[in-house]
Amino acid sequence: MTAHSHKKDWLFTYVFSTDHKMISKQFLFTGFIMGFIGMLMSTFFRLQLGWPGESFEVFKMFLGDWATEGVLNPDKYLALVTMHGTIMVFFLLTGGLSGTFSNLLIPLQIGARDMASGFINMLSYWLFFLSSVVMLVSLFVEGGSASAGWTIYPPLSALPQAIPGSGLGMTLWLISMTIFIASSLLGSLNYIVTILNLRTKGMKMTRMPLTIWAFLFTAILGVLSFPVLLSAALLLVFDRSFGTSFYLSDIFMGGELLPYEGGSPILFEHLFWFLGHPEVYIVLLPALGITSEIVSTMSRKPIFGYRAMVGSMMAIGFLSMIVWGHHMFVTGMNPFLGAVFTFTTLLIAIPSAVKVFNYLTTLWKGNIKFTPAMLFSIGLVSTFISGGLTGLILGDSALDINVHDTYFVVGHFHIVMGLSAVFGMFAGVYHWAPKMFGRMMNNQLGVAHFWLTFASAYGVFFPMHFLGLAGVPRRYYTNSNFPLFDNFVDLNELVSIFAIIAAFAQLLFIVNLIYTAFRGPKATRNPWHGNTLEWTTPVEHIHGNWPGEIPEVHRWAYDYSKPGAENDYIPQTVPLGPDEEDEGGH
Amino acid sequence: MGVTLTFIAIVLGIVAVVYLLRVFELSAIAQGKKPWEVTEEEGKNQARLMPVFMIAFYAFFIWQIVHWGPYLLPESASKHGEDYDTLMTITMGLIIFVFFVTQTLLFYFAYKYAYSKNRRATYYAHNNKLELLWTGVPSLVLTILILFGLNTWNEIMQPVNEEEEHVLIELYAKQFDWTARYAGKDNKLGRASVKNIAGTNALGVDSTDIHANDDKIVKGEFHIPVGVPVQFVMRSQDVLHSAYMPHFRAQMNCVPGAKTQFNFTPTITTEEMRQKTGNPDFNYILLCNKICGAAHYNMQMDIIVESKEDYEKWLAEQKEFNPNGKNANNINEKEIKLAQR
Ligand code: HEM
Ligand SMILES: [Cu+2]
Ligand SMILES: [Cu+2]
Repeated sequence: MTAHSHKKDWLFTYVFSTDHKMISKQFLFTGFIMGFIGMLMSTFFRLQLGWPGESFEVFKMFLGDWATEGVLNPDKYLALVTMHGTIMVFFLLTGGLSGTFSNLLIPLQIGARDMASGFINMLSYWLFFLSSVVMLVSLFVEGGSASAGWTIYPPLSALPQAIPGSGLGMTLWLISMTIFIASSLLGSLNYIVTILNLRTKGMKMTRMPLTIWAFLFTAILGVLSFPVLLSAALLLVFDRSFGTSFYLSDIFMGGELLPYEGGSPILFEHLFWFLGHPEVYIVLLPALGITSEIVSTMSRKPIFGYRAMVGSMMAIGFLSMIVWGHHMFVTGMNPFLGAVFTFTTLLIAIPSAVKVFNYLTTLWKGNIKFTPAMLFSIGLVSTFISGGLTGLILGDSALDINVHDTYFVVGHFHIVMGLSAVFGMFAGVYHWAPKMFGRMMNNQLGVAHFWLTFASAYGVFFPMHFLGLAGVPRRYYTNSNFPLFDNFVDLNELVSIFAIIAAFAQLLFIVNLIYTAFRGPKATRNPWHGNTLEWTTPVEHIHGNWPGEIPEVHRWAYDYSKPGAENDYIPQTVPLGPDEEDEGGH
Repeated sequence: MGVTLTFIAIVLGIVAVVYLLRVFELSAIAQGKKPWEVTEEEGKNQARLMPVFMIAFYAFFIWQIVHWGPYLLPESASKHGEDYDTLMTITMGLIIFVFFVTQTLLFYFAYKYAYSKNRRATYYAHNNKLELLWTGVPSLVLTILILFGLNTWNEIMQPVNEEEEHVLIELYAKQFDWTARYAGKDNKLGRASVKNIAGTNALGVDSTDIHANDDKIVKGEFHIPVGVPVQFVMRSQDVLHSAYMPHFRAQMNCVPGAKTQFNFTPTITTEEMRQKTGNPDFNYILLCNKICGAAHYNMQMDIIVESKEDYEKWLAEQKEFNPNGKNANNINEKEIKLAQR
């Protein structure tokens, strides 16, 4: 073999790989790097919020002229918040979470040699990579990165006169998101096609693990809603660069009347949230799927109410497409329309409640093994409850009037979407590291990581509800300009301290992950005694996943502790006994 | 200097963690078990941490209520705000109840059913009756909540009755301050558009509209009378803003190119609220609650609620817009026709 072709081998194995397992790892590491940057940003603006107006050495080092003499500039505070939100929602929890686990688990759990199209899969990753790079580059351009909030409402996002970040930074944001959407669509289409067409013999839809159902619904939601964001973004590009007036009208700024006429920023809000709300479920559903799987495996018990779990995910997915207006109750929308959106929004509480009760019943009389993955799954159930409940307040148009856009919202969505999805992602990494790396993650470190993260995350986001109920708006550079908020100085400090602890706790995870990837203890084929197909594949990655035939599936994925069976698990590949019934079959 | 030290500390920390990892591994191997396996004893320890965490979590929650509860918004100072507060109390009560029940079950089950070699989990895959129960009960509770909520919402969004006595005020937003425009004697706001902004006419009021003559424009603070419905009309000249008056449970976005509105009836004067809160410096405020640029965090205006007499006295002292030096009372027919075109 010549040196040249050796190099080429390397290039196609590790870089331009079309193997879903490698692509999954690429998504994981890109997502985590972005997530780490997003987390650093949050500690920066938490420093400012905890100790407003103070000069910090770290700002001088990292933020350069975004922080004059080490004091964060007000418009750059908004730049940080905007980039933090964008990175966390799209890059960590959409690209990173769904990209990693859809890629890893879909072929392995349905019994396929690879994705339907390896090439499209590779393209999807590289577009994701490119959009990440563009997003990061936008931090360094003249005027700074986008600063109009992750929701980029025009006119603020449309006019560089309105805030410096709406110049080149915003242009790059839009370019990056356009590429991102392309990546997401390619990925989603691939996932859907693979799930529908490439299931192995016997893998009926009703025998699919809940992870696969979750990835399927996630992909469908993405395909239906991301194109709408793309059109919203394109119209914004037109307004910004070609003088159209889709979103702009009657604007007097910087001492002059601008020539826009007839547009409406409310149109943008409708288009944005038509994606934006499904997006929170695009973030959340994979985490729910992952934890359903882990809770069942680690409780050594079938998931309770498999059909109800699938049904509630379907209901959540469907409803999530018709609730976007709950972000717009106070935009002056017709009160009747507000009433309709209240109705649809509160309906989502029903399937969510079903999911929670099913999780709880799965734990009941289980035989629970507390691996780090299981701990994070329990954490998810807890945050899904805490964050979901406050949704009843925000989803009620009448109550939203006074808490809309306050820290109550920040507390709510971080707990229900941010924490739940991040916990789901951690759980997935701890659980499937043996499949990803052929190595096991360290248990003690994982346990410490969980408790520190769980406690400090609640410490960060729980008190925010109090701020919100006291009327503190979000996206404020400091709360010190209102005597009304003076009583909350210590609360803001407390939150910031917890945020710093939470950030440091992630070092435990990073070290564990990197160590595991390269030198952790070797995994066995089925370390958790799971039923699903991925545990029948060899530890070493091979192309095509199974050395011989793809195994045939004979039962659903949740025959744990079945009476009469010898072990407390029966893999899906084991044929049904003579008078055994298949839960997934009927 | 401090940063360098922190970095060194972080690096050392990472090295220490890696060594710790090795130690865990080696000691596990020495004990003859797999380093990543959770032993029954370790599992039991995790299980014990569950109720400990739960109690700490609840204590944290209660501590927050005790510590910051008193600083939440005081009782609402508007008529619809009472309904708002009732709905909030009921919803909050429900939420907190469900929160405690479900979290307790979660942590209790986790504690109770920790792994033991001698036990097997119960194979329990589904139960239609149970599932119907926990679909049905939430549906019922939610139906009540939705009906209650929508009822309140419709009442709040009801426009003021034009026949009734009311005050009409325009809240005008721009980067980064507020202006209030009172409709004056005729209780009609003069037409306005950003296209008319010029010189001192910062709100773009149309000086050919007779209704504009008696309009009054104030900055810094604005006054409203207690017990009289106030109809607000919101406008913005540049980007989105949001007029947020938390004490009155009132909020509405200000949208460039459109007019939005909100109304409420103040019920407690500033003076009374100062006594109630025991804070002599208390003031109602209007603040901006939609990201609008660098100084978004400091876009505010004070609101003074006072008796009708005091309000009228204050309003009389404010200057009329009166661009043409005419009094609203003596405008001739021709001009009215002209203005109405
Ligand atoms: C260390 C963990 C985190 C901390 C301390 C943190 C803190 C914050 C805070 C304080 C804000 C509000 C800033 C403001 O309104 O002025 C914020 C905004 C936001 N965060 Fe986080 N966050 C964290 C993790 C996450 C995660 C995991 C997500 C993923 C969903 C996330 C998504 C967002 C979004 C979407 C916003 C809104 C940005 C905007 O207003 O445009 N954050 N974060
Ligand atoms: Cu939503
Ligand atoms: Cu603002």
